[in-house]
Amino acid sequence: MSLPEMEKQIKGLQQQMAQITMDTPADEKLRLELSTLIANIKKDAYERLTPGDKVYLARHPLRPNAKYYIDTLFEDFTELHGDRLYGDDQSIMGGIGTFDGKPVTVIAQMKGKTLEENLVHNFGMPHPEGYRKVIRLARQAEKFGRPIINIIDTPGAYPGIGAEERGQAEAIAQCLMQFMELKVPVIAIVIGEGGSGGALALSISDHIMMLEHSIYSVLSPEGFASILWKDSARAGEAAQLMKLTAQDLKEFGIVDSVIKEPVGGIHSWPDFTTTQIREKLTEELEKLAAQKTSLLLQNRYKKFRAIGVE
Amino acid sequence: MSSLFKERKEMLLGFKALRSNKKAPQFTGEIPDGLYEKCPSCEKTMLKEDIVEHSFVCPHCNHHFRLRAAERLQLTVDPGTFKELMSSAKSGNPLEMPGYEEKLQRDRSKTGQNEAVVTGFGRIGGYPYAIAVMDSYFLMGSMGAVVGEKITALTEAATKRKLPLIIFCTSGGARMQEGILSLMQMAKTSAAIGRHNQEGLLYIAVLTHPTTGGVSASFAMLGDITLAEPDALIGFAGPRVIEQTIKQTLPEGFQRSEFLQERGFVDKVVNRNDLKETIIKLSRLHGMEAKG
Ligand SMILES: [Zn+2]
Repeated sequence: MSLPEMEKQIKGLQQQMAQITMDTPADEKLRLELSTLIANIKKDAYERLTPGDKVYLARHPLRPNAKYYIDTLFEDFTELHGDRLYGDDQSIMGGIGTFDGKPVTVIAQMKGKTLEENLVHNFGMPHPEGYRKVIRLARQAEKFGRPIINIIDTPGAYPGIGAEERGQAEAIAQCLMQFMELKVPVIAIVIGEGGSGGALALSISDHIMMLEHSIYSVLSPEGFASILWKDSARAGEAAQLMKLTAQDLKEFGIVDSVIKEPVGGIHSWPDFTTTQIREKLTEELEKLAAQKTSLLLQNRYKKFRAIGVE
Repeated sequence: MSSLFKERKEMLLGFKALRSNKKAPQFTGEIPDGLYEKCPSCEKTMLKEDIVEHSFVCPHCNHHFRLRAAERLQLTVDPGTFKELMSSAKSGNPLEMPGYEEKLQRDRSKTGQNEAVVTGFGRIGGYPYAIAVMDSYFLMGSMGAVVGEKITALTEAATKRKLPLIIFCTSGGARMQEGILSLMQMAKTSAAIGRHNQEGLLYIAVLTHPTTGGVSASFAMLGDITLAEPDALIGFAGPRVIEQTIKQTLPEGFQRSEFLQERGFVDKVVNRNDLKETIIKLSRLHGMEAKG
């Protein structure tokens, strides 16, 4: 049973439960049975999530977006706008806040929660000015010695006329090269979808953590299926082949830590996950702050240098 | 009869090679066997030798035929100076993707190369360079772990030996059969280019048809000097993906070399017949010393 099917089934059971209006012992008994059944179905489904399920969860409408993490993990967040070259891309939200009382620069890919929000944030798909804002804020962080936290959640960089005219490829390439040279610690957190080069641009870091049910891939499973089988409906099968889960990426040595999510996914109990992120961030920031800059840069280079070499 | 033609062709090529004192190009990529060739752009039929003699450019309409890596090397690198690196590096199938090994095998036989890029050291007009030539006849020039590794290793070697770097780019992007590992090659190659850059060394990127996706969004766009052959498709997203997204047809010339020059992302669009001279001139302008 896939996750969407499971959600439908649970919804049906919950409706049944709502129809029990009396408080007789028989009603109580039925209520208890139903809620146990629901919990078991859920637990069962989450114990055997397929990669296709993870794709579904990573894009789940109830899954918290970057804004949630900015509000939860950082204090005094002050958003800073614009790339100083063309405009302000609102699919990327960046600024300064404090973590454990110390200033950090936070750069996040923003998906909206509603259609209106998504129109503002372009469904989390950046244009070149978004990536150039990333570079500007990163260099600013470097100047003031602030660590950088990148939050990744995008279907990919936007494929459009304006994006090409303004050099989408160049903007991403600059992110890749310049983050490798930044003399401050960089930590990346994949919270939902890590789509292609558009996500990679924010991934050059000293530590990448990935939420248990988030995904990261070279292209969307739909895109993959339509290239491989000329049928985007076979995305589930594609997801199976692509090795796009947090666990797969950990195995490849691309991701450094996987942050656990509760049964039901992060949206059913966000604190469960954000507490762990906070702990991990504290630990890693401390470790990285103790490193000499030359070693920090060498380790960052080596990490990416080693990927794909047998 | 056909063997007679072939003999005549070889003689002619030999003559021309003697005359121009260079080895005759022996490989034909886009140009199939036969004495005559029809240009896919202007549809004029002409002697194949005429195309080859014009650096694989149609003398009538300037169409630049796609080149095989070996052809590019013959057109660009001084004869006898190229020393290849990692020629035997072969891709595995890290994700166990069905059908991938067959495709690799097919293109190995087709091109006589093990991968979609040839790297090495050589001289261009006497100037020593670290050279990478991508080949779009090998899995669309897509970048998997081996392509990424070869380009990274070459760039690191260039940094170590204080050599300028030139990469002839052509690629459909990341090699999707290698999934996330191919995506990560963008990071790796860009990192190596960054170190080469920090040493104050020259990197010339030559963008040829087509240069898109993960290659365009990494080392292809990081040159100190970015040259492009005329009318090459260059961009991040493929035109079809863009059309599907925005649901309209794209304007004429969109994502072509001239468009990129106009928008400020290419330094100079250079005809293939002038490319070697341009590289030599740029080398001189960077104070390099010619050898041999
Ligand atoms: Zn022609």
